[in-house]
Amino acid sequence: MLSLSIREVSLALREGRISPTELCRKCLNRIKKTHYLNAYITVTEELALKQAQEAESRLLKGAPKGPLDGIPFAVKDNFCTENIKTTCASKMLKDYTPPYSATVVQKLLDQGAVLMGKTNLDEFAMGAGSTDSAFGPVRNPWSYAAPYREQTGTEMDSDWVITGGSSGGSAAAVASLTSFLALGSDTGGSTRNPGALCGVVALKPTYGLVSRHGLVPLVNSMDVPGIITRSVHDAATVLDILQGHDVKDSTTITHNPSTLTHLFEDFDVRNICVGIPKEYHAPGLSQETLAQWSRVADMFERAGARVEQVSLPHTQHSIVCYHVLCHTEVASNMARFDGLEYGHRSGIDSSTEAMYSTTRHEGFNDVVRGRILSGNYFLLRQNYEHYFVKAQQVRRLIAEDFKRVFSSGVDVLLTPTTLSDAMRYTDFMQEDNRTRSAQEDIFTQPVNMAGLPAVSVPTALSNRGLPIGLQLIGPALQDRKLLTVAQWIEQKVGFPPIRYLGDAGEGEMGEEVHEREQTSVV
Amino acid sequence: MYVVVNYTRKLQTLAFNLGPSCYRQGVTGVSITSQDRKSKQNFSCFRWTHLITLVHQYSTRIYNSKACQVPVDLVDKLERLALVDFRNQEGLACLEKAIRFADQLHVVDTDGVDPMDSVLEERALYLREDAVAEGNCAEELLQLSKNTVEEYFVAPPGNIPLPKREERAAMLKHSEI
Repeated sequence: MLSLSIREVSLALREGRISPTELCRKCLNRIKKTHYLNAYITVTEELALKQAQEAESRLLKGAPKGPLDGIPFAVKDNFCTENIKTTCASKMLKDYTPPYSATVVQKLLDQGAVLMGKTNLDEFAMGAGSTDSAFGPVRNPWSYAAPYREQTGTEMDSDWVITGGSSGGSAAAVASLTSFLALGSDTGGSTRNPGALCGVVALKPTYGLVSRHGLVPLVNSMDVPGIITRSVHDAATVLDILQGHDVKDSTTITHNPSTLTHLFEDFDVRNICVGIPKEYHAPGLSQETLAQWSRVADMFERAGARVEQVSLPHTQHSIVCYHVLCHTEVASNMARFDGLEYGHRSGIDSSTEAMYSTTRHEGFNDVVRGRILSGNYFLLRQNYEHYFVKAQQVRRLIAEDFKRVFSSGVDVLLTPTTLSDAMRYTDFMQEDNRTRSAQEDIFTQPVNMAGLPAVSVPTALSNRGLPIGLQLIGPALQDRKLLTVAQWIEQKVGFPPIRYLGDAGEGEMGEEVHEREQTSVV
Repeated sequence: MYVVVNYTRKLQTLAFNLGPSCYRQGVTGVSITSQDRKSKQNFSCFRWTHLITLVHQYSTRIYNSKACQVPVDLVDKLERLALVDFRNQEGLACLEKAIRFADQLHVVDTDGVDPMDSVLEERALYLREDAVAEGNCAEELLQLSKNTVEEYFVAPPGNIPLPKREERAAMLKHSEI
């Protein structure tokens, strides 16, 4: 039951095959069983059961609020949730309880979805591994699944792999079947990276489509709430609910021509043109990921789509540009944490400056502090033109690269999401956070700079038994078309559901239904 | 032999005085090994050319990019501006790496390109009615703070500059306890 998609389980709820409270309890039990993954910072058990009860009474009356009524979901811990601790995985906000909920969280709650808890992340969403949290690193559920275990023997704890970041907890929650959907945030690939490494569908909508009100900001001009689910159709359902203008977020789009995100019914793959950007064949790309990339490109070609090589000439400079813009906006956004109005406050009372300085020393970890300092360096008057304005100019060049490619007849771009499958934690920690972010974000951050929609779809397991995902990028506001193409890939690649050693009951049933789902015509 | 060695030494001193310390390390790191001493004739010519190339590389680099070492007064200024400390040498090294990484931007030709603030630059900003829609939540907001008096957030005395670096280090050590 837990490995079903939202559409299937919603049907099961309405047909009475399972009740919302039973479903909620199953998920809560699973969370307890998989606590070693460290995917959750806060589990909202009582609240979840209460919400499930309410959903149950609605269903009994025959009046469900919508496709998400009674569905368990998880939220990354940098979204504000009313009266539920929101920490951003940092000591700075360890005991912070917001008095309001983020717009996207409220929208899901209004639809009757059941909140399981707040998931773990890199501190303040800065990182590419979900390893730099004040509450410990997140483990990839696939480290404990049959394919990986069969490879490495049952050595257990020393060779678990990372989830990717920074929304690692959200991806782990969905991949380990403890919730049916999770919210993440995507600034440089923070949703798509863990999505690919955990074998789930991760969508980054167009910038401005989904409200950021209540999302603790990292980079105001690039942040987008991300959606993590186990199937593309689910992601479309959720996007339909979350998108829309929000008066409280001035960067949301008021007029969106295509408001319906029901996927195109009469999609014919022969009508599309898939672009393969040659610059994405970057050094460090693993053989297996390259093989998957070629495999899917060939699939498109054999099915009759036009597959063309395209060029995005400024790709190699994109990561440096992102690095500068990210650090500068972070330096500005983190200035609000001074201990005065909320969050941690140090005991020093000799002066405001001393209090601010000690509070920030105690509250932030090395990664955050490093980014604030380099951001401030780039914003110094003597450096402003040289770094910040220069980066903004390069950003325009990158955005224009994409515009040019899309206006030349290409419908979607197909690229890898990550360089390889998930790394072992011990290997990942050999380099510092900044180096890892620069390496891992390479395929995902150009999309954030241009504000385009992108989705990561899992395609196959690697030789080590870990998921590999591919990324599709679409033109701005064409999320619906993007997801239609993504669904086509999903149906053709046959990505296996997660299977544990000796997992009888739930895993098996899930597999059957999942197969049926994939072969049926949508 | 003596004359050639002298030239080599002169070049070394020249390179030593030209570049910032990190480059100095690189130059003095080029040392004569016992193996090299064997083929004196060929070896000394090679060394000279090699050093000339090194010096040339370093001098062009100095011309093009800022020094990779952050001077102490700038470190202090950054800590005051950001109200965040470097904590240790590693933190400083991290900043230097970040600057060097960012320096790669300058190979891109951006003549005549407008800086981009936002991807939504072509849209008009939505302005809502200037009417009060919500508020009156002073109590809830005050509850979030550690130190309040009636409807005020209490702050320590202001207009006192941050103590000097040495005193700051002591203050931060103390606060960690």
